[in-house]
Amino acid sequence: MSSKKSSAPSTLGRSFWQRVLFHNMSDTLLAIVLGFLMGALALVIAGYSPLTAYGKLFSVIFGSPRNMSYSFIEFASPYILTGLSVAFSFKTGIFNIGAEGQYVVGSVAALLVGYFIHAPAFIHIPLCIFAAILAGVLWGALVGILKLRFGTNEILCMIMFNWIAYYLSNYIVNLRPVLSAPGKTWSHTIQDTAKITISGWSSLLSNKVHAGIFLALAAALAVYYILYKTTLGFRLKAVGHNINGAKFAGIPTEKATMITLMISGGLASLAGGLQVLGVTYKISQFAGQEGYGFQGITVALIASSHPLGVILAGLFYGAMKFGGTRFDAPSEIVDIIMGCIVFFIAISGLIRANIQRLAERRDKHAANDP
Amino acid sequence: MKKLFAALLSAAMLLSLVSCGGDTATSPAPSAPAAESESVSSTFKAAMVTDVGGINDQSYNSMSWAGMQKAHDELGIDVKYYESKTDADYEANMITAIDEGYNLIICVGYLMVDALSEIAPQYPDTKFAIIDAYVDEPNVTGINFASEQCSYLVGVLAAQMSQTGNIGLVMGGTGDAMNLFAFGYYAGALDTNPDIAIQAYNANNYADVAGGKSAALHMYANDADVVYQVAGSTGLGVIEAAKEKGLYAIGVEVDQSYLAPEAVITSALRLIDNAVLQVCQAAMEDTLEGGISMYDLSNNCVGYAETDLLSAEALSAVQDAQAKIISGEIKVPRTNDDFVAKYGAGLYTLDEALNG
Repeated sequence: MSSKKSSAPSTLGRSFWQRVLFHNMSDTLLAIVLGFLMGALALVIAGYSPLTAYGKLFSVIFGSPRNMSYSFIEFASPYILTGLSVAFSFKTGIFNIGAEGQYVVGSVAALLVGYFIHAPAFIHIPLCIFAAILAGVLWGALVGILKLRFGTNEILCMIMFNWIAYYLSNYIVNLRPVLSAPGKTWSHTIQDTAKITISGWSSLLSNKVHAGIFLALAAALAVYYILYKTTLGFRLKAVGHNINGAKFAGIPTEKATMITLMISGGLASLAGGLQVLGVTYKISQFAGQEGYGFQGITVALIASSHPLGVILAGLFYGAMKFGGTRFDAPSEIVDIIMGCIVFFIAISGLIRANIQRLAERRDKHAANDP
Repeated sequence: MKKLFAALLSAAMLLSLVSCGGDTATSPAPSAPAAESESVSSTFKAAMVTDVGGINDQSYNSMSWAGMQKAHDELGIDVKYYESKTDADYEANMITAIDEGYNLIICVGYLMVDALSEIAPQYPDTKFAIIDAYVDEPNVTGINFASEQCSYLVGVLAAQMSQTGNIGLVMGGTGDAMNLFAFGYYAGALDTNPDIAIQAYNANNYADVAGGKSAALHMYANDADVVYQVAGSTGLGVIEAAKEKGLYAIGVEVDQSYLAPEAVITSALRLIDNAVLQVCQAAMEDTLEGGISMYDLSNNCVGYAETDLLSAEALSAVQDAQAKIISGEIKVPRTNDDFVAKYGAGLYTLDEALNG
């Protein structure tokens, strides 16, 4: 939020509504409203009633404690983490489009440790989580090495690393010791000691409520702390704002890039790991990319890359994902809505500039007409 | 100011569009319950849960949904599908369908076995059906297809159409379900021409188009002139090879002759839509039983696709074989033991021959 504020320095002295308009949060909310309007348009074109469909969407998401636990816990937690991963990278001047692959390596690491190692739960679970994070950190570091040593473009690199992770996962799942049985297309399930599902707490909740949500929230707070309360965070943001300026100020920018790639890699892979430990327990051969990482980009954009905003955006996204395949309209509508929201957020700067110009012209008129 | 007006106007237009749309779209809704009340059972509701392939996969999911729509048109039941994007959706989708009061839930594909075996015992009053798999619960019906019967028929056609007396088979994997295709194909071909040579290859991969192509080219180079593929996307490579060489290929699941009308002589069909329709009807009439239900030639759920490439002789042979299977005169082997007992060992052995 702070960066946007500084980009519109002349907000002081404006009217209340203008100040509200210049504020980031209201941009986002406005974009969400507009996104839903566009979704309504799409619904009308497709021959559905938007009111009925949105009513249904709302009632599916909030209909019962179980549905809410699906929406805001089971579905939201991976998006919070991948969103966080991308948001963190945005803040520090890198576009982590590799979250998808990092998510995948995290899930593979959690699966392997979760299945092959036998240990009591209080050791096994942290071990799996550690393995998942480590996998993503290393996966991110690989890109960092390629970028810093060989000058490879990190975006291209990460896009390709997504595919490498995708096929690596399929390869590992297909290995004899990992595959559940010959002819099957999914792996063994992890040991019971590695599972972090906590649905047993209440029969009102969905079957796969898992402790990962707490880790996701903790991660968001940790990222907030790192970015805004530590020297490291200041340095990383400085590199993100202006790499030459940061270099001139004596900040080791290469190290900063490396750290960014490693941390955001670890965040995305944690998402993948938790999904295996809490929800799926196994990995199937992919038929296509699952998109948790790519959708993290949407989440980060909705949150304006603010780590605490990511929590809200992730909850919102998770709910929309849960509701989107269950309301009485094609699930693509939700993708249209999300796409439009991102679009409107992206052009909000343009709208703001126009309103500003309009207001200035009116001020000029007011000054000319006594 | 003008711009602001324009913006306001367009917003108003957008809103009016939305509200108009609301009216037109809701108007059919009241008529729907009326139509339902006329039909015999307005209360029966059937839902299907797609696997990660999605509703438009032009395969299992699309065909199942086509069956559901037929069930809606012919039986007047309520139908709906729930789409799964990732593994995590299976269970959530089943639960949502149960919450919404669906009486029958059809799970498309064996990927959902684990989720279903967790859910089914929790909801004994709901009926479940799963395609190509089985879960041992009283309220679960396994929709299994007699893949060996349709493979037998295309085996007959392959042997009839082959000039060289040499045919091929490309598999995407082994396993009990996959072997049915192989047993049927071998049996059909051998019954038609006991001296036929059959080359078999297991790609062990359903998504390797290039691998499928090179395997088929290899077979064509070794005198084969018809190759049957049971290998998903890997099989697309087989069809590509046939097209390139001007030789024949046989498709699977759906009529694949649209891929290469001059090369695909027939396809082994599994008519999932018919099976889904029959399951819906049985569930509605409360005659659906738990356990494995076999869908085969006798109830028109498997078959072969006719094309112009097939000779009259081949067609009459395959119609003859079809009638004999339905009457029980021909029993197509379903297990390795049955196959070996009838055709001898060493012809099709699971591990060695297929990895050739």
